[in-house]
Amino acid sequence: MIKTEELYLNVGPQHPSTHGVLRVIVKLDGERIVEAKPDIGYLHRNFEKICESRTYTQVIPFTDRLDYPSSMVNNLAYSMTVEKLAGITVPKRAEYIRVIVAELNRIASHLLSFGASGMDAGAFTIFLYCFREREFIVDLFEMLCGARLTYNYLRFGGVSQDLPEGFIEKTKEFCNYFKPKIDEYEDFLLNNYIYSQRAKNVGILKKENALSYGASGPVLRACGVKYDLRKDEPYSVYNEFDFDIPVGKNGDCWDRAKVRLEEMRQSVRIIEQALETIPDGEYLNSQVPRLLKPPVGDVYHHIESPRGELGFYIVSDGSSRPYRIKARSPAFSNLSIIPLISPGLLIADLIIIIGSLDPCFGEIDR
Amino acid sequence: MDIELPNNIILTKLEPFFRWALSHSIYMFPFGTACCGMELIAVNAARYDLMRFGVIPRSTPRQADLMTVAGTITEKMAPLVKRLYEQMATPKYVIAIGSCAISGGPYHYDTYSVVKGVDKIIQVDVYIPGCPPRPEAIIHGFMELQEKVRKGK
Ligand code: SF4
Repeated sequence: MIKTEELYLNVGPQHPSTHGVLRVIVKLDGERIVEAKPDIGYLHRNFEKICESRTYTQVIPFTDRLDYPSSMVNNLAYSMTVEKLAGITVPKRAEYIRVIVAELNRIASHLLSFGASGMDAGAFTIFLYCFREREFIVDLFEMLCGARLTYNYLRFGGVSQDLPEGFIEKTKEFCNYFKPKIDEYEDFLLNNYIYSQRAKNVGILKKENALSYGASGPVLRACGVKYDLRKDEPYSVYNEFDFDIPVGKNGDCWDRAKVRLEEMRQSVRIIEQALETIPDGEYLNSQVPRLLKPPVGDVYHHIESPRGELGFYIVSDGSSRPYRIKARSPAFSNLSIIPLISPGLLIADLIIIIGSLDPCFGEIDR
Repeated sequence: MDIELPNNIILTKLEPFFRWALSHSIYMFPFGTACCGMELIAVNAARYDLMRFGVIPRSTPRQADLMTVAGTITEKMAPLVKRLYEQMATPKYVIAIGSCAISGGPYHYDTYSVVKGVDKIIQVDVYIPGCPPRPEAIIHGFMELQEKVRKGK
């Protein structure tokens, strides 16, 4: 019997397939993973501390930079939390605009994750295709607020500007253009023999474990748990739209990609319905004071971001600055399952797992 | 060979020729940490296609001429940035993409963990401002770098 030694290997933090600055300390026995330990904190920008010295409105740009592939959803989560704290009402039109931009951003974020998870497995084409479509959405957002990535578009009680001329037509055009593309992606990646071989039955997460680790979003739904805050605790005007919650069966990497793909389909459905029924009226509640001073108290509100349950907890001491802000980031909980699901797999599978969890380090390290 | 082709001889010094060649085949080590990294990906992807400038991403610093620092550098990351830079072979260039890499950007004030500019750690050749800079700006930055490579440091 040959005696072998276990080897410690550092994956990251500059490795391009770790989707940012994740470092995983892997203990290897040959090619097999014995233990994997994620080390985070390489992008700790002390968001929560900075917020204590900013006014409520000044915090909005910082929420853009938390989960940067889906800035609009972060804006939405934060604005809704403050609105709940201060009791601000939002006009109907603004709610519709918010839903439209949030769903567009969900598609953009899923496109990124879908393309990148393909790239991790060596499928470069799908990545370029996904980015082509993502540019279309980015163009729409640029029309809306002038920025390509960090939008800072939402305000307390509405949105900063009304929809520009031609936005609705262009978004409809996008929906029609994008729907056949989704089928194309399915053929390209999910039905691709090589990708399914690499992703199926890899990184299986059991339902009980997913729940006890606090996983949410596509990672949880891929295990077969039908939990989506848009349906379970409808916020904004989501209860007015008709859409389904896609769930997976096995909870492996392939299922997570599949759930993301199906969610893109559902998001297009929501956007189409919202564009049809968007009412006229105000886009911003004009009663909201410039310098907001919410009453003393604390509040928690959570919404469904592309990565899962995104929540903000805000403590107010009655002044114009928040006393404390805590962000509950979904990617952080999702990442914590790596030590659970990776032992026994090959080192190459770890890359697929990280890609399928879709981490975003602005949000994990904050 | 030389005797047979007398008319095809171009006289040049080796160094300008080398610089000219390098400026059109820059191997880039894309070091994107945060949001600006997204724009760096976008500039490499379908619409903007940075490869037409001869910039090819390499995932290891040992095979790269250029390191693009895109995103916030924290105190925890700083020693690694230095180490990655030192692993590159000369001649080596650095582009700082985004306000964070230039000065700390939105995280300049009231922070304890952000390095206020990557030029505090390593030497930077081209700065591309913006939060995040547009892809056109990034392309412009790369063209500036090509110019700089051609002229010599
Ligand atoms: S400059 Fe702005 S966009 Fe770029 S990494 Fe810093 S915060 Fe993000």
